[in-house]
Amino acid sequence: MGRKTLIPIGPYHPLQEEPELFKLYCDGEIVKDIQWVTGYNHRSIEKLSESKTYEQVFFLVERICGICSTSHPFAFANAVEEIAGVEITDRAKYIRSVIAELERIHSHLLWVGLAGHFLGYNTVFMWAWKYREPVLDLFEMITGNRNSYAMFKVGGVRRDIEGSKISEIRKVLDVVKKKTDLLTGAVMDDPVIHARTKGVGVLSKQDVIDFGAVGPTARASGLAIDVRMDDPYAAYPLVNWKVITATAGDVFAKAEVRLLEMYESISIIEQCLKGIEKEKEGEITVKVNEIPPGIGHGRAEAPRGEVFHFVMSDGSNCPARHKIRAPSYVNIATFKKSCIGQTIADATITLAGVDPCYCCTERMAVACDSGTGEVILNGRELIERSVLRTGELKSTLKERT
Amino acid sequence: MNNSDIIARIAQEFKGELLNTEVKNQRRAILTIKPEAILKIAAYLYKAAGFRFIIASAVHTKKGFEIHYHFSNDPTGLILNLHVVLDPEKPEIESLSNMFNASNWIEREMHELFGIVFLNHPEPGKLISEGNWAEGVYPYRKEFKSSKNQE
Repeated sequence: MGRKTLIPIGPYHPLQEEPELFKLYCDGEIVKDIQWVTGYNHRSIEKLSESKTYEQVFFLVERICGICSTSHPFAFANAVEEIAGVEITDRAKYIRSVIAELERIHSHLLWVGLAGHFLGYNTVFMWAWKYREPVLDLFEMITGNRNSYAMFKVGGVRRDIEGSKISEIRKVLDVVKKKTDLLTGAVMDDPVIHARTKGVGVLSKQDVIDFGAVGPTARASGLAIDVRMDDPYAAYPLVNWKVITATAGDVFAKAEVRLLEMYESISIIEQCLKGIEKEKEGEITVKVNEIPPGIGHGRAEAPRGEVFHFVMSDGSNCPARHKIRAPSYVNIATFKKSCIGQTIADATITLAGVDPCYCCTERMAVACDSGTGEVILNGRELIERSVLRTGELKSTLKERT
Repeated sequence: MNNSDIIARIAQEFKGELLNTEVKNQRRAILTIKPEAILKIAAYLYKAAGFRFIIASAVHTKKGFEIHYHFSNDPTGLILNLHVVLDPEKPEIESLSNMFNASNWIEREMHELFGIVFLNHPEPGKLISEGNWAEGVYPYRKEFKSSKNQE
């Protein structure tokens, strides 16, 4: 075995949901092996949760992830309501789904922007993040916060969506829909994006099953799993929508799934808004007096895949055990398959492909040659390589035409 | 096949290994099994019945160390828990990671947090506690006191 170069990506950023360090072992340009180190910033949320009351846990789990901050409270609410045997009102169901789908839209837009940035398409980055803003403004209007919305509680939601807010949401949705058309067109028609992402970071269906991957990562490989459809909760069984899948399993397929999912989200929200209008204003909570002993499983489809919460209650006002599994926990493990054999320039977008809350990778460390300790690349240079590759492809494509 | 048929079939197939069956509702069931049967039953669920491994949750209770292995049958929305109770003195169980990669991380995590030993794990290195945790200290056990609590 020849000497390999080690390129570390990571280790962590305190804002990141799952801080970790990826060590790419490279032979020349090609990634030969990948190893990960996690636990730099173990927040011990599961243990903390055992010392908080059920009402407080919502605010705790909301802070697991800064981007999809409603998916964890959603799964936790499902788990606790399963233990208590509570059926929430239809209005609360619709409101929960509206919040979750708005979040999916802004999270997917964020991903499209970052993916564009890593490919050297800063225009896509600017667009996507610009059009994400109105969605965040909607959250501010509905919940008072642009993020960490504090909307969920056992037995319903904490804030209502009244008539005037509904028309405002509709207005913004129209804008977002038009802009999504624009973005989808720009991404789907661009030959350079095709060249950079097609056949890159391919995950086969069997790989997905083996690693237990979920969300767009699984759906892009032809596995039609979506908790909203398979194990329906909240308002999802009350509205019409379909699960988006693709078969190629590469980065392009993942982008395609995310972009098309945004249209489904818009459609779900529109139907939910009609549902809200039918229900009586103010009926958003059911009183829950106590949580009996027992166990509950809560699932929710976050933008990145299935969030799973397992709650064990001993009849007191705090959970006796609370196990949380975020989607990136299983999705990130698939790098072992998707990155090996790629060039370093493609590794950045492959890692971005599963949308692993990318702030950690933003903080790439300086790379050293594992043999000599010589400094080779830092994070900025790694992105520059990716951008350079896009530039080369652009010029070759131009020559051909 | 609906969910009650699936559960009845598994109960029939592994009659000798099953200690208790609890069907909570249409889409949730808990099968308490003998720990030594975990590989056999998990292999049946994963290979023959097409279940997906979601995650495993370890719990430290008065009975000892319990693990709930959560499996999902996506077409029917069933979550099936394989529930094992391990000896409190010597918690040991066969690793599932030679069968699928999905359990690789969580088994290592349970080892670090609870001190449960997973036999024949293909990659037994530390996952989350490398370098900065004391050896032999398992913070998720009930007897563990954080430094704040000890004061």
